[in-house]
Amino acid sequence: MRITEAFERGEFVVTAEVGPPKGFHIDHMLEEAKTYLSDITAVNVTDNQSSVMRLGSLATCKALKDEGLTPIYQLTCRDRNRIALQSDLLSAAMFGIENLLLLTGDHTKLGDHPQAKPVFDLDSVSLIHTVKRLEEGFDLGGNELVGEPPKFAKGAVVSPCSDSIDAQLAKMERKVAAGCDYFQTQAVYEPEKFIQFMEKAKQFGKPVQLGIVIPKSVGMCRYMNANVAGIHIPEEMIDELKADKEKTKAGITGVEIAARIIKECKPYCQGVHIMALGWESKVPALLKEAGL
Amino acid sequence: MLITQLKAQETLASLVDGKKVFVINCHGCKEVSFPEKEAAELQKEWAAAGKVTGVITTDYICNPDNMKLRLEKHMSEIEAADMVLVFSCGVGVQTVAEYLEDKMVCAGCDTYPLPGYQGVTPLEYDCDQCGECYLNLTGGICPITACSKSLVNGQCGGSKNGRCEVDSDMECGWERIYRRLAQLGRLDALKCPTQVRNFATDDEVSK
Repeated sequence: MRITEAFERGEFVVTAEVGPPKGFHIDHMLEEAKTYLSDITAVNVTDNQSSVMRLGSLATCKALKDEGLTPIYQLTCRDRNRIALQSDLLSAAMFGIENLLLLTGDHTKLGDHPQAKPVFDLDSVSLIHTVKRLEEGFDLGGNELVGEPPKFAKGAVVSPCSDSIDAQLAKMERKVAAGCDYFQTQAVYEPEKFIQFMEKAKQFGKPVQLGIVIPKSVGMCRYMNANVAGIHIPEEMIDELKADKEKTKAGITGVEIAARIIKECKPYCQGVHIMALGWESKVPALLKEAGL
Repeated sequence: MLITQLKAQETLASLVDGKKVFVINCHGCKEVSFPEKEAAELQKEWAAAGKVTGVITTDYICNPDNMKLRLEKHMSEIEAADMVLVFSCGVGVQTVAEYLEDKMVCAGCDTYPLPGYQGVTPLEYDCDQCGECYLNLTGGICPITACSKSLVNGQCGGSKNGRCEVDSDMECGWERIYRRLAQLGRLDALKCPTQVRNFATDDEVSK
């Protein structure tokens, strides 16, 4: 199923993300996904997230699909040129994978192979454009595809609490112009900033899913504030995590905070995307607490 | 060495359409091969059509001190123009754009590499000699050399406090571009069609 169909039905679309392991044994990951994520609309599979080499996104998507889940294939421009990207997109179509999240990708220097050549032959916008060309029956070189062309739900990301929000909105507009169907956002901890962003973004008429990362600990918050672009966790929120260490460790405080953010932003967006970062088991509790 | 080649006639015609232009020709350093004749012919046509407020023909426009001295004598002609069009390698265009921060500065040429010594490249400006100059879409700041990922369709999500995710000493190139276009009242330039880079350009030159 294409995720765009759920948006068209007016559903508040819930997705979550899993990261493939550094290795090829995925029984544990599949078991977790089946146990905790089978009631949601779709599951993103990250593509060598943070430029750290792992099991491939496409193969993991296929494995999830075989287990009855609906995968969203994340595809970055960091590691492949336009030939490899288009080839992988056709492979995805062959496996019946219909949902994409198209990204530029983190730079190789940020990951565990900083010596690697960063590719960036295409970027997020030209990758969306490329998928649209494939859907029209042509590759980026202008050559005709054999047989019926593929059809995907084309997703992209935007960073609503970025300190350069105008440049982000300009990029978002270019993604829409290139053919993007829906957006997932960077993690949000400042609902008022997200709401202001949505006031401006609604002109594009595309569904937006609020990005959520459950805050696990004070250390994680401090790390993200110092290092992760587009994220600022307010001090009061960090104080909440400090207040009861056992409750925070059990994940209860983080789930409470995340649920509160979802409730506050829900009237302004069309769904939520949860990046659990290993806390997949907390997703059902979070959805319950958020009233979803 | 480098070769600068005039952009396609149609590209240049639509660039200067309805605009008064101040022209800067840089005949360059010894390492640059510049299309003097073609540029002169084109500029003659524009002058006859009353489009040109002034022309400077010089060398080493990439030397900021030299450039300032030359430009200062022509400021009234520059002010009378809607656009300054620079016929030089990418470094020259960027040097002029930085100096004339309230003026739209565009490139009349594309720059291609040739084997050999790369000429005089001063200070922080860099031309990657990519053969399809983007400076006309970005207010004279090069997205190929000012962005760690050489993105041509806008900012990635990796800048924090205006700094690049790869190098915190480096300002995000696309934030600079956005700011410059806003200052010029030319944010419409960001609405251009999706750009797909052509890595085959240097082959075409050598053919």
